[in-house]
Amino acid sequence: MKPFAYHQPTQIPDAAKLLTSIEDSKLVAGGMTLIPTLKQRLASPVALIDLSRLGSLKGITDDGATITIGAMTPHAVVAGSKLVQARIPGLAALASMIGDPAVRSRGTIGGSVANNDPAADYPAGVLGLGATIVTSTREIAADKFFLGLFETALEPGEIITAIRFPLPLKAGYAKFKAPASRYALVGVFVAKFADGVRVAVTGAGAGVFRVPPMEAALSQHFDPSAIAAIKIDTDGLTSDIHAEADYRAHLVTVMAKRAVDAALS
Amino acid sequence: MGNVIGIGASPKRKEDQRFLTGRGSYVSDIKRPGMTAGAFVRSPHGHAKLRGIDKSAALAAPGVIAVLTGDDVADDGLGSLPCGWGITDAKGVPMKEPPFPMLAQDKVRFVGDMVAFVIAETPEQANAAAELLNVDYEVLPSVVGVLEAVRPGAPQLFDDVPNNICCDWELGDKAAVEAAFRKAAHVAKLSLVNNRLIGNPMEPRAAIAEYEPGTDRFTLWTTSQFPHVVRFLMGALVLNIPQHKLRVVAPDVGGGFGVKQFHYGEEAVITWAAKRVMRPIKWVASRSEGYVSDRHGRDHVTEAELALDETGKFLAFRVKTLANMGGYLSTFGPNIPTNLYGPLLGGVYTTPAIYCNVKVVFTNTVPVDAYRGAGRPEATFVLERIVDVAASEMGIDRVEIRRRNMIPKEAYPYQTPVLVQYDSGDPVGCLDGALVAADAKNFGIRKSESARKGKFRGLGYSTYVEACGLAPSRFAGRLGARGGLYESATVRVHPTGQVTVMIGTHNHGQGHETTFAQIVSEKLGVSFENVDIVFGDTDRVQFGMGTYGSRSLVVGGAALSKATDKVVAKGKKIAAHLLEAAEVDIQFEAGKFSVAGTDRMKTFEEIAGAAYVPHDYPLEVLEPGLEEQAYYDPVNFTYPGGCHIAEVEVDPETGTVTLVNYTAVDDVGTVINPMIVEGQLHGGIVQGVGQALFENAVYDEGSGQLLSGSLMDYCMPRADHLPMMKVETHSTLCTHTPMGVKGCGEVGTIGSPAAVINAVVDALSHLGVTHVDMPATPNRIWRLLQNASLPVAAE
Repeated sequence: MKPFAYHQPTQIPDAAKLLTSIEDSKLVAGGMTLIPTLKQRLASPVALIDLSRLGSLKGITDDGATITIGAMTPHAVVAGSKLVQARIPGLAALASMIGDPAVRSRGTIGGSVANNDPAADYPAGVLGLGATIVTSTREIAADKFFLGLFETALEPGEIITAIRFPLPLKAGYAKFKAPASRYALVGVFVAKFADGVRVAVTGAGAGVFRVPPMEAALSQHFDPSAIAAIKIDTDGLTSDIHAEADYRAHLVTVMAKRAVDAALS
Repeated sequence: MGNVIGIGASPKRKEDQRFLTGRGSYVSDIKRPGMTAGAFVRSPHGHAKLRGIDKSAALAAPGVIAVLTGDDVADDGLGSLPCGWGITDAKGVPMKEPPFPMLAQDKVRFVGDMVAFVIAETPEQANAAAELLNVDYEVLPSVVGVLEAVRPGAPQLFDDVPNNICCDWELGDKAAVEAAFRKAAHVAKLSLVNNRLIGNPMEPRAAIAEYEPGTDRFTLWTTSQFPHVVRFLMGALVLNIPQHKLRVVAPDVGGGFGVKQFHYGEEAVITWAAKRVMRPIKWVASRSEGYVSDRHGRDHVTEAELALDETGKFLAFRVKTLANMGGYLSTFGPNIPTNLYGPLLGGVYTTPAIYCNVKVVFTNTVPVDAYRGAGRPEATFVLERIVDVAASEMGIDRVEIRRRNMIPKEAYPYQTPVLVQYDSGDPVGCLDGALVAADAKNFGIRKSESARKGKFRGLGYSTYVEACGLAPSRFAGRLGARGGLYESATVRVHPTGQVTVMIGTHNHGQGHETTFAQIVSEKLGVSFENVDIVFGDTDRVQFGMGTYGSRSLVVGGAALSKATDKVVAKGKKIAAHLLEAAEVDIQFEAGKFSVAGTDRMKTFEEIAGAAYVPHDYPLEVLEPGLEEQAYYDPVNFTYPGGCHIAEVEVDPETGTVTLVNYTAVDDVGTVINPMIVEGQLHGGIVQGVGQALFENAVYDEGSGQLLSGSLMDYCMPRADHLPMMKVETHSTLCTHTPMGVKGCGEVGTIGSPAAVINAVVDALSHLGVTHVDMPATPNRIWRLLQNASLPVAAE
């Protein structure tokens, strides 16, 4: 690890100011991706701006129509939240499947969404539920937020403060874990709303994506059988030493069925 | 006599007190005054010419003390890293043995090959400077697979090693095998790959070196399984340091599995460098560094044929293997796929003729050497897989075909056609025990239950025998060993009767501090608490060959047993004097020396006291003190064996294999501590399951990049991958070791890969699947099912 300056602001504007004023500075939330990257000397920011003192970024609130999760809320808190378990059990289940207990205790929803790892779990939940990403300057719809491999709509100096989730009628997540990393080799989040179904896939390609044919079929009939015959095109899917693209395509259908099963159970 | 805890008891492990309370002392915990930090610059290319190294930027970096390269090694006239075994081909021609410079000199031959060593005030400074070293590489094409490496036109690693073949080795009566094949009723054939593995001990390798000018002595602290061997190889053959001027310490070591039983270039470089800079230097490998520098294991491509008569009796077995050596010969490298492989191809069967040909091949990969089991899991995998193939092709039950060919208990000692003579064993007993323990007779019911859930269930059998307790020196010498393979122990009885044992094996997880203390407690009748075991320091321990090849109890324990016998013998002389009796009338039992037929006795503590305060003592005929030493060279290998049964469930929708039941019945001879043996079995089985289902070292052909170079991409087995295991022993006693022990460190790893893969193949056999290569990953199984045109999405 190379040396860096370390800041612990207590106000969001202060954090944003540090981020814009120090060239090559980086935000650190739970640090579950950033710290290993630093240790391997693959990144060498001049300064780290730690968001952990921003108390306003923690916690889960319910306004009746939506659930809002503060950006610095750890996965274990979401997984264990009675509120999330009651209102969006599929999201609590997703949080419980991330990494291992240590990662779930440190890693945060905001960090995961901002990093947009192509195999992370939260992007599937956020896109699948059509959530809104609330930042220090604006609100961004999930459909406009995830822009591919580690890329998001965040502007320089913009900090995620919360994620706001609409309440689905039913939602479920199914994940096929990569054997070594336990990231999603393929993860599928399915959410049913009054006006239709959303299906979001992580792990299979360069970034989280939706599957319109499955959404259409499930909107007609919310049952695993409705999508059993829907095949995913291998174009744009990842091939690596763990899984070839056609296997990942196959797993999308299998995991989508299992996500629907989970939503129905 | 105190608290004797002897053979057969399961006390909690003595060493766990410090390990579990964070009070172990590992190399990276040690700090020396004025200590600097070292970092190795490693080749990022699989194969390249070194055109030049410009040190200036690195030398100018903050805190840098020195930058050393292969040219500096050459200037100092230092030797090459030695290989401990020299094998020969069928004509007696020695293997090709190109030099293995401790820092690369003209070429780099694998990603991770060491190019330079940077010494700085802090680790951060050393790492930063290492990144600044300007190395001019002329990148060459790499070859990483054995099949590719022996093809005409393949990249050549060494100018004088044509076709990259180090040695074309063979064993067995080729003509007899060919004759048997001609009269066979059936010939089963199988091509398979034994996947490359990376050991991943929990503690990465590390070293500290220090030179004291006042005494002209070097000290090397290193994560080693055999400090005395490092002292010999490095001192005598690489750095020209006299043995008495070199101390090697291997303190607490966090796991080895073979990875730490080699003399590594890092050890030589850091020791040499410590004198050059006149400061102590510490180097601790990162996990990533370990992936590209710890010696790898396995990596065979094999074609096997088994000839059978019409009743399923094995007539002959023929095996041709290409074995990957990596870029250089490591300490035991060429011995593993030859001497520890071919002689095990007989297994527990009466196969009368066996021929094995192994081409040992250089490639642009990390050198390959011993990894838990080392050659013997590979042999067992070939044999036990082809037995299943033959059974299936001939329509004979898999258990029945094994039974028909097993060596009967009465036939021991049994001479195989491939050098080794098994002293004892009971394969049928192990098989019968395993069938019961695994509830094999009700497997059909469980298979039906799985089928109702849409899953395919399979049962797999593997028997095995291994040669361990390495090794009888004379025999090993004939096979090419360049050193002895005995072990030594000193039993030091203190004036107050407590005991310190100095032993040449090394404890890095095996429980020696407990097991060896039990042996002393039993044999001398002293309290278990009053016995300490000292190991891992060439200044404290007389000599030793270290720990590998399931040898510590078998060979080291035997030396310890002999040394305690000597203590008792001397004690009897002292007691005879004190009790005014003839020495022949003195009995020793339960910590008491007594005159037979009387109540006159002296305790062990009284005898120890008399030995050190010899006021009333036969000084004319007996030296004071009570300390004895023994060396033990085994007369044969030991041959643990057994039967493992794996039960798996395959999810045809995803290709996931789940190990649902595992049963092992093993013959490990006398069991000193059943709890420790069970733990060794569990660990060994898990490593074999890891090879069968998860672990795979993958290189990119052409570039030579290691694609599975981290725990994110190299899948280690985890607790939630495994069922509760049933582990039982069915022991026959070794006829030639003092306590009847056979060793248990590797048996789990040897029996398990074949058992698991045989279970996977069984689960898929109704689809025409006859073989699955390791690891049986979900992707691989799904692909097989696709090719079998199975209607998998049957909902």
